[in-house]
Amino acid sequence: MTLDLDLLPDGGMPWLDASGPEGQIVLSTRIRLARNMRGVRFPPHASDAELEEVRAAVVAAARASSRLRDAVVIEIDELPRLERQLLHERHLISRDLAGLESGKAVRRGAAVVTDGAIAAMVNEEDHLRLQVVKSGFAPSPAYADLEQLDRELGTQIPFAFHGEFGYLTSCPTNAGTGLRASVLIHLPGLVLTKEIAKVLQGLAQVGLTFRGLYGEGSEVVGNLFQLSNQTTLGKSEEELLDHLSKIVRQVIEYERQARDRLVQNAPTVIGDKVWRAYGLLRYARSLSFEETMNLLSGVRLGAGVGLIDEVSIYTLNKLLVYAQPAHVARRAERGLTDPDLPAVRATFVRQLLDDDARRGPRAGPSTSDG
Amino acid sequence: MQCQRCGERPAVIHLTTIVDNTHTEQHLCEACAVAQGIQTEATLAKFPIGNFLATLGSGTATAQPTTDAEQRCSACGATLQDFRDSGRLGCSVCYDAFGASLRMLLRRIHGSSRHVGEPYASPLGMDVPPEGEPAAEVAALREQLQRAVEAENFELAARLRDEIRSRE
Repeated sequence: MTLDLDLLPDGGMPWLDASGPEGQIVLSTRIRLARNMRGVRFPPHASDAELEEVRAAVVAAARASSRLRDAVVIEIDELPRLERQLLHERHLISRDLAGLESGKAVRRGAAVVTDGAIAAMVNEEDHLRLQVVKSGFAPSPAYADLEQLDRELGTQIPFAFHGEFGYLTSCPTNAGTGLRASVLIHLPGLVLTKEIAKVLQGLAQVGLTFRGLYGEGSEVVGNLFQLSNQTTLGKSEEELLDHLSKIVRQVIEYERQARDRLVQNAPTVIGDKVWRAYGLLRYARSLSFEETMNLLSGVRLGAGVGLIDEVSIYTLNKLLVYAQPAHVARRAERGLTDPDLPAVRATFVRQLLDDDARRGPRAGPSTSDG
Repeated sequence: MQCQRCGERPAVIHLTTIVDNTHTEQHLCEACAVAQGIQTEATLAKFPIGNFLATLGSGTATAQPTTDAEQRCSACGATLQDFRDSGRLGCSVCYDAFGASLRMLLRRIHGSSRHVGEPYASPLGMDVPPEGEPAAEVAALREQLQRAVEAENFELAARLRDEIRSRE
C-alpha cells in the first residue's frame, strides 16, 4: 500500500495556516479522548484476531457517523517505516501507533481513520484515540468537534465505562475522562530570558505537564513545548479544559512580556539573533534537522515581534513539518539515513523562503507544495 | 523536627498510617520518604508511573495485603504483578479485579478515583449495568473516608470505614 497524503485536505494539517487565535505564539491545540471497546482486551494484551475485530468495528462505526463518513482509512500495519514516520511527523498518529518506539513493532490492526482535521486512531495503547487538531489556541472549539464524534461512535461501539472510574483505559493515567488536551506553544522569549525553568516548574505544581514536539518522552527542540493536563479523573471535561486554558493564557502573557522586554532592553542582540537565523536558513547549503528547528525558532520570534516581514507564519509552520527527516527523505526519494539529506533539506528551505521573499512583506500562503 | 530515619535533615513529610486500627506516624525528610517508596505531592511530578506501581500491593504505606500481587483477573488472566511489570492493565475487568489497589493508585495519580465527567449510556441498553457499578453512596463514602484520613480525623474515618464495610 502506498500512502497518498495529498488525498487529505491540507495534507491532513489544516492547522498550518496559523489562522487560529494567538497564532504568533501557539501553533496548535490538540485534544484526544481515549476509549476502549467493552469486552475486548486492551491492545497491548489483545490477540491479532481481537485487534482486527476492533479495527473492523471502528471503520464500520466511522462510516455510519456524520463526521468520518468519507474519511480516509490508513492501515498502518501495512506501511513501511518511512511512511509511518511521515504520518507521525505530521502529528496524524502517535509514536506508539506508528510503531516507532524502540524495541516495539507496529501493532497488528493499527490504523487511522481521518479527514485531516479529526481522526480516530485505532489500536494505539487504547482501542480508540479520537483526536482533533486546531490552529492556534482553541481548546473549546476543538473539544466541541470531538465530543460530537465521541457521541456518534459511542452509539455504534460499546465503550468500556465504569460507574466509579469512568472511561477505562489501558494505563490508569488516562482513566476517567480519557481527555488529554495539549497546546503546542513557542516560547523563545522565556527561554532567552531564562525564565522558562521557573514557568515549567510552576506548571507541574498546578497539574500541567510539558513535553517536546513529538509527545511523551521527546526532547524539546526549537523552543516548542507541548503543555497538557496531567490528570484525567476527578474533574469534568469542562473543568480540565478551563484549567488548562487559564494556565496557558498566563504562559502566553509571560511569553509576550518576555518578548517585549527583549525587544526593549536588548534590541541589537535580539535583532542579530533573528537575522542571523534567517540568513543561515536562506543561504546555507546543508542543514541538520536540529539546526533547522533552532533557526526556525529564531525566525519565528522575529516574525512574532515584527522584526522580519519577509516570511509568513504559514511558511514557518510548513517548514517545521516538511524539514523533518521522513519528509526530506521522501522528497529526495532516499533512505532515512542518506548522507545527502541535510543538503536536500537546505535546498527546500531556501526555496520556500525565496518564494516568500519574492512575494514581498507579509506574504500569504505559499503555493509551492511540499 | 528531624527526620526519624536519617536524623540529619528536617522532617517535612508526616505520614499517618492506619492498619487494622493501629495508628502509626512517621516523620521523614523528602529523600528518606522517596527511599521508602512514599510519594508526596512535591515528588509526584518527578516520578513516572513505574514508581507508583512499585509500591502497589507491596504493603508500603498502604493497607493492601501482599497477596494482592497474585490476584488474577477472571476475564483476561492478568495479575497485579503483570500490571506492576508493564504498567498496562489487561482489560476493563481488571479495574474490578484489582479494584482496591487501583482505587488507591488512581487517587495518587489524579487526586481522586471518582469520575465526574460526562456519563456514558451504553448502546447495549439499560439491561446491562455499567461495569463494576458500586452503590454511588459507597463511592461517596470512600471519598469522605479519604478526606477524613487526610485531615487526620480518625474518629470520623473509623465510622466511615465501618459504614462502608456494612454496605459492601
